[in-house]
Amino acid sequence: MIEKLIAGKKIQVNDEGYLIYPEQWDKDIAIEIAKEYGIILTDKHFAVLDFLRQKFFAGESLTIRKVGNSGILDIKEFYHLFPGGPLKIASKIAGIPKPVSCI
Amino acid sequence: MNHNENKPLKKVLIICAKGNLEDVYAALVLPNGAVMEGIETKLFFTFFGLDAITKKTMNKLHTATVGNPSLRMPGGLPFPTIIGMLPFIQAAVSNMMKKQMEKLDIPSVKEFLEMITAGGGEIYACKLAADMFKLKKEDFTEEVIDIITVGKFYEMAGGDRTQIIFV
Repeated sequence: MIEKLIAGKKIQVNDEGYLIYPEQWDKDIAIEIAKEYGIILTDKHFAVLDFLRQKFFAGESLTIRKVGNSGILDIKEFYHLFPGGPLKIASKIAGIPKPVSCI
Repeated sequence: MNHNENKPLKKVLIICAKGNLEDVYAALVLPNGAVMEGIETKLFFTFFGLDAITKKTMNKLHTATVGNPSLRMPGGLPFPTIIGMLPFIQAAVSNMMKKQMEKLDIPSVKEFLEMITAGGGEIYACKLAADMFKLKKEDFTEEVIDIITVGKFYEMAGGDRTQIIFV
């Protein structure tokens, strides 16, 4: 566990940069983590992040397919919004653990 | 120089040469996982693997009920080969497997191909096999970009940190 200063707050993250305590997350933290990936967050990004957090707190496992069926965006847009690994990058920005699904 | 330095994979080429359900799925999970990780991905279908991208056959893939020693009855007893030979058994067993996969939220072959291409993955058919089975571009699902030769395949495999996986 590492303590990192994100958006002026002391946040605990694991060695890959995922938040240890998803409750510590807020929009400023999301904006700051997204910057590390060169992503400027839009309303659409936040809609995806909210969806991921909702599913996470409901105890559901997350897959690319679920995001594609969310009604927010299709899979192609998801790849476009979070280039280079949408599910793991979006999860990190959303302050939830790295997804463990194979799909 | 540090020899333990972790150099992540940049490109992966996956070849699917078989048309049974379980091998095709292995050849779909791998490229989909690769695009999810941001790895450049190309997927090639050859020989019986062409069944997985041929419009007429892609939704009717089966698992072998004869000559498949890993097949078990519900409950875990070995599946007698002599039963596997009976008419319709192979279709029934394959349907059971597909239902099981649906429960686990595993997509259909077509949807998997859509997911891979949505992530920037590319799908190709092998020219020699397509000629052999008398299949043309229009016989294949629209995710297939082109029918290519083995030479073209190796051309695409160039570059540092590339791996080829044969299923």
